[in-house]
Amino acid sequence: MKSLSIVFACLLIVSCSQSRPGNIGVYMLVDTSGTYSEEIQKAQQIIRYTLSRLDAKDTFAVARIDTASFSEKDIVAKITLDDRPTTMNRQKRLFADQVQVFVDQSPSSAYTDITGGLLQAVEYLNEKQPAKKTVFIFSDLKEDLEDGYIREIDFDLDGFEIVALNVTKLRTDNVDPREYLTRLDEWQNKVESSGGRWRVINDLDGLERLL
Amino acid sequence: MMSFFLSITPWPVLSALLWIVLAVATLYFARPTSHRLIKAASNSLYKVFRAASLAVTKAENGLATRNREVLLAAGREAKERIVEREFDRINETVRKDLANYSSLHRGLSESIDRIEKDHQDAVDVPPDPPGWVKAVEAVAKIESRDGRVGVSNILSDIHKSLVQAHKEAMLAYREASKERHTLLRKMRPEWRRIQQILGKVGKNVDSLLGRSVTIDRHMQEYEDIVKGEDHAVSILSSSSLVYFFVSALVLVVAIGGAVINFSLIARPMAEMVGGTNLIGGFRTADIAALVIIMVEISMGLFLMESLRITRLFPVIGALPDKTRVRMIWITFTILFLLASVEAGLAYMRELLLHDELATSALLRGDLDIATTSGSMWITTAAQMGMGFILPFALTFVAIPLETFVHSMRTVIGLLAIGTLRVLSLIFRLVGSTCRYLGVLITQLYDLPLFIPLWWAAREKDVSDGGGLQELRS
Repeated sequence: MKSLSIVFACLLIVSCSQSRPGNIGVYMLVDTSGTYSEEIQKAQQIIRYTLSRLDAKDTFAVARIDTASFSEKDIVAKITLDDRPTTMNRQKRLFADQVQVFVDQSPSSAYTDITGGLLQAVEYLNEKQPAKKTVFIFSDLKEDLEDGYIREIDFDLDGFEIVALNVTKLRTDNVDPREYLTRLDEWQNKVESSGGRWRVINDLDGLERLL
Repeated sequence: MMSFFLSITPWPVLSALLWIVLAVATLYFARPTSHRLIKAASNSLYKVFRAASLAVTKAENGLATRNREVLLAAGREAKERIVEREFDRINETVRKDLANYSSLHRGLSESIDRIEKDHQDAVDVPPDPPGWVKAVEAVAKIESRDGRVGVSNILSDIHKSLVQAHKEAMLAYREASKERHTLLRKMRPEWRRIQQILGKVGKNVDSLLGRSVTIDRHMQEYEDIVKGEDHAVSILSSSSLVYFFVSALVLVVAIGGAVINFSLIARPMAEMVGGTNLIGGFRTADIAALVIIMVEISMGLFLMESLRITRLFPVIGALPDKTRVRMIWITFTILFLLASVEAGLAYMRELLLHDELATSALLRGDLDIATTSGSMWITTAAQMGMGFILPFALTFVAIPLETFVHSMRTVIGLLAIGTLRVLSLIFRLVGSTCRYLGVLITQLYDLPLFIPLWWAAREKDVSDGGGLQELRS
């Protein structure tokens, strides 16, 4: 009887359902400032690709980078995929529709608060607690803060991977390429000194490396 | 160290020679003790390995006896089943074909009676003797005196009446012949019927005779098994090996079927129990699909047991017939329901695939591909059909499984006997090696002592020679 109860207890312990431990959390920041808003079609392409790669229990959010990006209001669409396949597909289609609406409206902002958006992404993903946290920054990485906004904040990016996508060269970068390189280096230092990993993908034909 | 050994005298060669002499002397004086030690050690090891070999051989013999008993018991049981089945068939033949022998006999008697009656009716009736004989006699008795005037008239009348009588007689004869032919024609189907009945009876009797020959053969083999004759054991052993490999092959095929079945239902199971939940490191959906397949196989086993096709669970076979039949229906119903569930899941799988394809197409921006082809119902129907049929097909796994389990006992026994035999041989070889190694080491020990040994042998010869000379003198 005792051994039977032990076996039953073991079965109960084993049968405690756990979620898949390898779920992914992706937060994508889309720059909507100035001329970069013209690139939004490419952002939509990346969003769709990412959606197709995500599986059950994965989290995905798309947010815009505007004047003040450290806000939930800037989140365009967000989902945590259900573990039932039909529901998951429905969620993906709904998400794609929401992004389509965002792309159609293509709002433009005067300033570019990338740091605020990154802070929001870190907060969101930490709250969701996925096994792998990835932040896509679809921007030229040129931060332009409005007066009064303070963004000299230390990040805790331990366990995060920050991927800069489609970092376009500005007109001034063409005049002095050091500006572009310095910009990239600054962001890389910022991320790596905070414990995160940094990658840049400019060739959008090679999206297989994205996730 | 070497320099120390070579530096005991100013001359290294002398030092080495001194050491060699010292070593040889030591070895020579320790020789009897060393020889005894080596011999004792080698003999001990030899005896230990010999004892181990004997023990293993004994175990092997015990196992062989046990295996033989198991084999004979299995063979006896199998033969009993075969003979029982043959008797069942005879019983069935007798019940089905010869049970109505009385009616058959009655039918035959009736047919024969009818034929006899018809035959009697068809006997050829001789025509009536001609009436004119009496008339001639009457004419002949007429006296001459009476004249024979009226004779001509009389004869003419006779002739007329004769012709008339002949016509009537022929008519009657023809009628009678016609009737006889009709009767004979009526007899033909009766003859055929009798022939058919007799043919059928003959076939049944031949079948029974054939079965009796088979039973005789099986009974002879059964007797051989009961007597435990070697050739019976040999036949059973080789049969077991054949059964083992054949059933293993069929089981592999069945496992392939189960895997296909699993792939059909594992994906849609995610819709029911979730696609990411884990139990003990495995996906809950996979485990659920596996459980369904296992339950189906179990139900198949119980069904086969209830039908008395297999005998893996004696409890089921020993159940009263009423309970057994009830169990057949229950297991079949469960199997049918599970097969229906599988068919539904297979359909669900197809829907999921379409849904995923449509979503992927949408995400790629390829909207045209989202429209489904008109012939897709064929794959859907095929999947549903497979989902429904495979559980029933897996039911028959019980038969090779039973054969596999039964033959595995013999195969494992044979393997164990082979292993023990090899082990025994190894022990014997090692024991003998130890023994001869002792002899070799003794000889190697004496090798550096060849000078003192030669000297000792020479001294002995001299002393023996002196003794002889003394005796002679």
